[in-house]
Amino acid sequence: MSDVNLDIEQGEFVSFIGPSGCGKTTFLRVMADLEQPTSGTITINGMTPEAARKSRAYGYVFQAPALFPWRTIEDNVALPLEIMGYGRDERRERVARSLDLVSLSGFERKFPWQLSGGMQQRASIARALAFDADLLLMDEPFGALDEIVRDHLNSELLKLFARTKKTIAFVTHSIPEAVYLSTKIVVMSPRPGRVTDIIHSTLPHGERPLDIRETPEFLAIAHRVREGLRAGHSYEEHV
Amino acid sequence: MTRAGGNTIPVLIVLAALLVIWYIAATLMNAPWQAALYERAGTTDVPLAQYLADVWGQPKPLLPAPHQIVQEVWDNTVGQALSSKRSFLYHAGITLSATLMGFVLGTVLGLGLAVLILHNEAMNRSLMPWIIASQTVPILAIAPMLVIGLNAIGVTGLFPKALISTYLSFFPVVVGMVKGLRSPDQMQLDLMRTYNASRLEIFTKLRWPASMPYLFASMKVGIAIALIGALVAELTNTAAGGLGVRLLTGSYNGQTITIWGVLLMAATLAAILVLAVGAAEKLVLRNMGQAPA
Repeated sequence: MSDVNLDIEQGEFVSFIGPSGCGKTTFLRVMADLEQPTSGTITINGMTPEAARKSRAYGYVFQAPALFPWRTIEDNVALPLEIMGYGRDERRERVARSLDLVSLSGFERKFPWQLSGGMQQRASIARALAFDADLLLMDEPFGALDEIVRDHLNSELLKLFARTKKTIAFVTHSIPEAVYLSTKIVVMSPRPGRVTDIIHSTLPHGERPLDIRETPEFLAIAHRVREGLRAGHSYEEHV
Repeated sequence: MTRAGGNTIPVLIVLAALLVIWYIAATLMNAPWQAALYERAGTTDVPLAQYLADVWGQPKPLLPAPHQIVQEVWDNTVGQALSSKRSFLYHAGITLSATLMGFVLGTVLGLGLAVLILHNEAMNRSLMPWIIASQTVPILAIAPMLVIGLNAIGVTGLFPKALISTYLSFFPVVVGMVKGLRSPDQMQLDLMRTYNASRLEIFTKLRWPASMPYLFASMKVGIAIALIGALVAELTNTAAGGLGVRLLTGSYNGQTITIWGVLLMAATLAAILVLAVGAAEKLVLRNMGQAPA
């Protein structure tokens, strides 16, 4: 990756969109201190990624739910709380609150295999929410789900974003998803990975109805994202 | 349980086929000796029923018929007091205690080595070849040296025998658990990293539970070969008793029926032990939320 300069403000929902190989996941993993940058600096609330990880400043949602199959849903959500040393009562209370946020109340005692793929991914979001980090890093969390489930989870996520006032960094390769969710869209292109466009969404902040996706405003932003992606590709052809 | 019911008939058919083959083999293999006996006695024109009764009823046959073996086992278990030195159960008890002690030690040793290999790069590179080499040494050569050597320094009784069982049974546990403890995928490990989890927490909350299926698979192999180890160890210390001793004395005296009886006894014991590990596996994995197969 080269020449990536970016500021993310508190309370923003930033999407990273681009074809595979553009480094959007790598960027997220560097932010999470799961990978080391070869050069350049990243600060999260003024901390290095390592310090941020050690102070448990973010929750990370992976492409797959990565739930532990031998733990019930509530025990999976409680996993980070156990590691971070929360007491039993507080754990129970936080697990209940997180599961409620992702509408999974009533499934506490189920094991992961008893839930659908979409519900499993919701449980993994609850797990990332449980310890109240201000920053949520999401790496194509709905990439493996079908369109209908995805629509539903997108609007759920937006409600959650409006309610919890978190900062969310979200990697996707779906244009409608990026436009629908984001307050800021970062368009990226591959070889070398770089940012081709940064779009500030003009859509209302907070909750958005699903049919906002048919408004001219929405389509205009989607068009600009598509242009940005195309620009990245034509560059690649010339090289 | 429906599956167990569905298996009963095929298993019985295979068992019946084996019995038929066994009786035919016993007839053929014992025929020459029977012919010599008849010739010595000057008997001719033996009716078929009499012939079969004779050929399946020799006191020291080349291959005993199944009913002779069952009779032998019956006489030496139900037909003997438990404390009698003729009782197979008395000897099985001795073998069983050495087996279990060796199995427990072997499992603990195997787990310890697997953890070392997992967490220490030097151990990872150097230990495995030695562990594999240890299993290429014939146990029949090691066992007498170990038992007699330990005897010489005053270590006697159960422990030397259990040590042979340990020597055999730690191996599958190391191999299985190194793989099992490494079975969590990168995403699960990354997840623990985002929580800044310590090595101990990664071990207790992720690696250890993830390795349970591997542990039980290893222990099933381990407990069966622990029994073999105990039997082999007993061959060198005949005073202490055990199924291995009965095997050896049977072999000295040409008591083929006894040898087969002891083998049947040992096989039954092994089956019970493996089934017991299997039952523990089912119980543990069900509590870990395993989906019904």
